Amino acid sequence: MNRETQKSKSESTVIARELSFRFGTNQVLNHVSFEISAGEIFGLLGPSGAGKTTLIKLLTGQLKPDEGCAMLLGRDTGKLQAAEHNRIGIMMDNFGLYDRLSVYDNLSFYADIYHVSRSRIADILKNIGLYEARNTAAAKLSKGMKNRLSLARALMNDAGILFLDEPTSGLDPVTTREIHSVLEAQRKRGATIFLTTHNMYEAEALCDHVALLSRGRILEYGTPEDVRRKYNHLNRLMLTLKNGRTVSLENSSASALQIKEYLEQEAIETIHSTEPTLETVFIELTGEKLEACADRTGI
Amino acid sequence: MNNIIAILKKQIKDTFKNKTVLIQFILFPVLTVIMNNTVRIDGMPMNFFVNMFAAMYVGMAPLTAVSAIIAEEKEQNTLRVLLMSNVKPYEYLLGVGSYIWLACMLGAAVMCAAGSYTLQGGLTFLGIMAAGILASLLLGAAIGTRSKTQMMAASVSVPVMMIFSFLPMLSMFNTGIAKVARFTYSQQVVLMLEQMDAQSLKPDSISIISANLLLFTVLFILSYKKCGLD
Ligand SMILES: Nc1ncnc2c1ncn2[C@@H]1O[C@H](COP(=O)(O)OP(=O)(O)O)[C@@H](O)[C@H]1O
Ligand SMILES: [Mg+2]
Repeated sequence: MNRETQKSKSESTVIARELSFRFGTNQVLNHVSFEISAGEIFGLLGPSGAGKTTLIKLLTGQLKPDEGCAMLLGRDTGKLQAAEHNRIGIMMDNFGLYDRLSVYDNLSFYADIYHVSRSRIADILKNIGLYEARNTAAAKLSKGMKNRLSLARALMNDAGILFLDEPTSGLDPVTTREIHSVLEAQRKRGATIFLTTHNMYEAEALCDHVALLSRGRILEYGTPEDVRRKYNHLNRLMLTLKNGRTVSLENSSASALQIKEYLEQEAIETIHSTEPTLETVFIELTGEKLEACADRTGI
Repeated sequence: MNNIIAILKKQIKDTFKNKTVLIQFILFPVLTVIMNNTVRIDGMPMNFFVNMFAAMYVGMAPLTAVSAIIAEEKEQNTLRVLLMSNVKPYEYLLGVGSYIWLACMLGAAVMCAAGSYTLQGGLTFLGIMAAGILASLLLGAAIGTRSKTQMMAASVSVPVMMIFSFLPMLSMFNTGIAKVARFTYSQQVVLMLEQMDAQSLKPDSISIISANLLLFTVLFILSYKKCGLD
């Protein structure tokens, strides 16, 4: 076992090579390539409809690519076997919970499937903040609780790789933070995490690497800092004037005269520079807003 | 084997919360017990109500229950997650199939106890029910695998169930229908139950039921080949 984990540490755990996929005539993914190394949190960032869920399905063998190939733990995802299935945990966007069964029974079923001791269920439930609700039927849970139960199930088998489809979408900030700390703990344990999100703050706070996906193409790939630094020309100065107006200026010598003028008039209330965020980078690249797109289709 | 038992256990837990399926399992056994103990008509054949309800039970319960359960798991995406967790399709189907078969056999046992049978008669009754339930189960599984949602499954399973359950009744009044109905497992179950005491089982009945079992197995395999469990 030990040697096995050693081995998987040194190799790429997830590889996508030139993946393309169509639903009918809709080209959902277009020559997507990336690698995820062991132990990192990889964030796939993109608006709703970008192809994130489809990509997860390709990476976990639920769909077959039209072109290119996907490898999981060194095996083609079309040919996954017990050894791989036992080492991955998946949280899909539509939960897949047994509505009539209680929170506890949803997990105890998977404890049986994974040969995991029942005592683990209580641990996981406490860890994820669902212990009090353990006897509630899954159908009666709020969206946030369903989210957490679905995540709890993905954690049942201590998987080496977690695929999480929008683990915090639509959740309040407190629950989101709780889930982030669970994910951080999983990373400390050595798990590799692939997550999708349309929340750029999540990606910046949590991920070692991010890929920006828009209309089936990866537009940028790198650490969140690298991506932002690359778009440093988006760095601007924001001035709030005493008369309530806000003014946005380029962060360069070209703005010096203008600022001097405001200073002489003592018109400035606040002044600060805005670093580019993944959000501004995304808008620059696509003209699309991440959250706005999500909201539009989320209604 | 472990996975099959886990699925069986999960289904048993679900039974008492899943009213649509629960009603399928207990309606006819309960009706049998009640009618058998309350209604007496002069010249009524032996085990009249047991035979009538047993035939309906075979035609309806396994077929609707299995198609509803498989289709629901597809609709809710629970099956997808399960198959990603190293559960093989055949393990899932055997788990759900054995659960429904056992639940229906329990119902059949209640019916058997409600009737008046010798030990051998009782065993023959259960044997006939076992084969009938299996046929109905295979047909229902074929419908379930082809359906994406519970609604779609019901839209097929209800008419199919009606045909197989009512053919025996209609053939009492119409010899034309009787000629066709003869080749259905449900009609043969009715015939065998009625003739059980009079004579030993006819080879005809056994071969028609076997042919039905074979046909439904092929039908199920074709459905599975076409749609898988997706
Ligand atoms: N089962 C399907 N059949 C046809 N088109 C689909 C199906 N699933 C997704 N799509 C389409 O594929 C595109 C990408 O969808 P998806 O991968 O779910 O995006 P995301 O998860 O990023 O929101 C969308 O245009 C969507 O309409
Ligand atoms: Mg999605």
